[in-house]
Amino acid sequence: MSDSTPHGFHSTGAEGPAIGQDEWVARHADVRFLPARLSVVERRLRVVPWWAWLTLFVGVLCLFPVVETSGYVRQVAFQTVLYMLLALGLNVVVGWGGLLDLGYVAFYGIGAYAYALLDSPHYGIHLPTLVSVPLIVLIGAAAGLVLGLPSWRLTGDYLAIVTLFFLQLFQTVTTNWQNVTGGPFGILNVDPFGLPGGHKLNTEHSGVFAVSYLYVALAFFVVVFVALRLLNNSRTGRAWRSLREDPLAAEAMGMPVNWLKLLAFSCGAAVAALTGSLYAALFANVFPLTFYFVTLITIYTMVILGGSGNQAGVVLGALIISPLLELLRDADKSRILFFAALVGSFAILGRRSRRIAIVAGATLVFGFVLHAIARGIDGGWVAGQPGAGSFARFVEHWVIAPGHPARWIAPIAYVGVIAAALLCTMLRGVIRDVALVPTVYLGAFVWENVMLSKPDPARYIVLGLILIVLMVIRPNGLLGERRVEIV
Amino acid sequence: MELLELTGVSLSFGGLKVVDALDLHVKEGEIVSVIGPNGAGKTTLFNLITGIYRPHTGDIRFDGQSIVGLEPHQICCRGISRTFQTLRLFLNMSVKENVMAACYGHTKAGIFRSMLRTPGMRREEREIEEIARKRLSFFGQRLMGYRWEQPAYSLSYANRRRLEIARATATNPRMLLLDEPAAGMNPAETHEITELIGQLRKEGGYTILVIEHDMHVVEGISDRVVALDHGTKIAEGSFEQVATNEKVVEAYLGLNTMSSK
Repeated sequence: MSDSTPHGFHSTGAEGPAIGQDEWVARHADVRFLPARLSVVERRLRVVPWWAWLTLFVGVLCLFPVVETSGYVRQVAFQTVLYMLLALGLNVVVGWGGLLDLGYVAFYGIGAYAYALLDSPHYGIHLPTLVSVPLIVLIGAAAGLVLGLPSWRLTGDYLAIVTLFFLQLFQTVTTNWQNVTGGPFGILNVDPFGLPGGHKLNTEHSGVFAVSYLYVALAFFVVVFVALRLLNNSRTGRAWRSLREDPLAAEAMGMPVNWLKLLAFSCGAAVAALTGSLYAALFANVFPLTFYFVTLITIYTMVILGGSGNQAGVVLGALIISPLLELLRDADKSRILFFAALVGSFAILGRRSRRIAIVAGATLVFGFVLHAIARGIDGGWVAGQPGAGSFARFVEHWVIAPGHPARWIAPIAYVGVIAAALLCTMLRGVIRDVALVPTVYLGAFVWENVMLSKPDPARYIVLGLILIVLMVIRPNGLLGERRVEIV
Repeated sequence: MELLELTGVSLSFGGLKVVDALDLHVKEGEIVSVIGPNGAGKTTLFNLITGIYRPHTGDIRFDGQSIVGLEPHQICCRGISRTFQTLRLFLNMSVKENVMAACYGHTKAGIFRSMLRTPGMRREEREIEEIARKRLSFFGQRLMGYRWEQPAYSLSYANRRRLEIARATATNPRMLLLDEPAAGMNPAETHEITELIGQLRKEGGYTILVIEHDMHVVEGISDRVVALDHGTKIAEGSFEQVATNEKVVEAYLGLNTMSSK
């Protein structure tokens, strides 16, 4: 499901370059380190129309609560849909408009705070949802226009700094203007969404997350996705992308660049504000810190990972990152993820190079031997309890986990693994393969002993690692179109 | 009738006078070439006409109305379109979309109509696509067929130049400013461009102002030639008149060559 028009690249495989296609392009278009068979699948999948994908996708998500009854999992699903909405909004500004907007989360916050002020006991205002939500979208759009103004005179890095300042401003105001925003204590007891008949959508149903919000979020998602997609295939969308490619040429070809920039900021902000209202209605409270850097970076990660400029891509990015961050909260699940990723990457690389396969085997043996030696010297070195489950027990016999690790172990091991990894990138040939064995083992050691005990920073480190690897393999993101800057 | 009139236009960057009290007139339906050595102010002249720079003195009138102080997109909508010497295509958009994007100025559908896909918007969209098809088929099969949906960066250099011209004509201009359309082209392509410019006027009815270094092209297309040096007009007239003008020869070759004995 490609975003603009599928360019229909052909790989130089059995078919050779397509007739008349520049050979260089044909050769380079598929440099994505994908196995040949996968890129064929990818091409076939692009034939399916976008609305069919959307229906399938939303249909599966709708059926999700039927299969999954855990309130926690449902809530994660809800949050994922929120992130998908946010990523779609950011994609307008960054992916299409090409404007680096680091103040984006502030609009999310503005939407949430606006809902909290318009529908809560805080001021005693209880607007009907059908009035307040459209109003919030308008407020968000207006705020977007205001933040868009500096983009008339600033581009690139300078615009990024000004928008970042806007986020900081929002943060400072919400934290300090206590009588209005409640300061750091936030606004509590925000109303849930209400239906026209005075019926309230409960956020909880007998103590469990209410599925209705997931459906509301999905409905918003479908509307936003379709509206933005149609917009992208209109003169406004084409003008946005022209603006991203070359603002001067766009202006000379009759496109009012300044107005288009405002429009892009405004559309993105409106989507973010809409999402904010949904957030406030479900969680029934708003705090300043929810709308800060961590959220901003998470949304950016989704957009970049999925492929900035491609709607399906950014949705996919959100779909991967949001559950991943949740999984990484839990030590047992994140352990499985880590080792699965390790084994998986060895399996993929090992199929192409026998040497990597040997390295994998050597690492396995290396671990058991080192573990046995360590236990032989002192039982306390391997007394750490990695957790329950058969998988954990296997890991227990492989990775050294000291019962009471000395305090200096953590920083030394951390720095050591980074240094070793860097060294490996500089080495070549057999020496590198030999060096890889202890490096991978050290990585596993750090994971087990340092990172697992502190899941919160660890999960963002893992996120960063995934992003680095992916950017090396697929610089345009998972579904991003190939981009050229200078040819 | 004069379509474009520049009277006493000057522009300086700091102490450097790039364009100095320049007068220039282009009649409707005319093809005028601007020649001059590097740094003579030819591209600056284009930037002045299209509103990227604003003249410090003087007036630029298009179709009888002053266009000084208008934004470039407004000038484009008045009917002046241009190509760039250093190609400025929308490289990551398809060939088709490059041309369709340039229809922005003379189409109307707003964001809500686009989101709702109203019948009027859909009709307009079909018209835009039709314009793109027409403008691109002007170059025969070169930009049609499988290239239609390809990204612009996959085009060869000559095809990119052609696409720039197609994009410029999609704004429905009355006047085209072509900045070195034959730069970097091989002799066959240069010959093709020469014929093409004449054909553009015949089929599209455009008035054309063109900057060109290739004297064969200039000779082949121009009704009138204007020679610039150091921002001032040093000669004007037919190709023969200008090419044999002493000042022009001097500007290109330096003093003390043929004429001084």
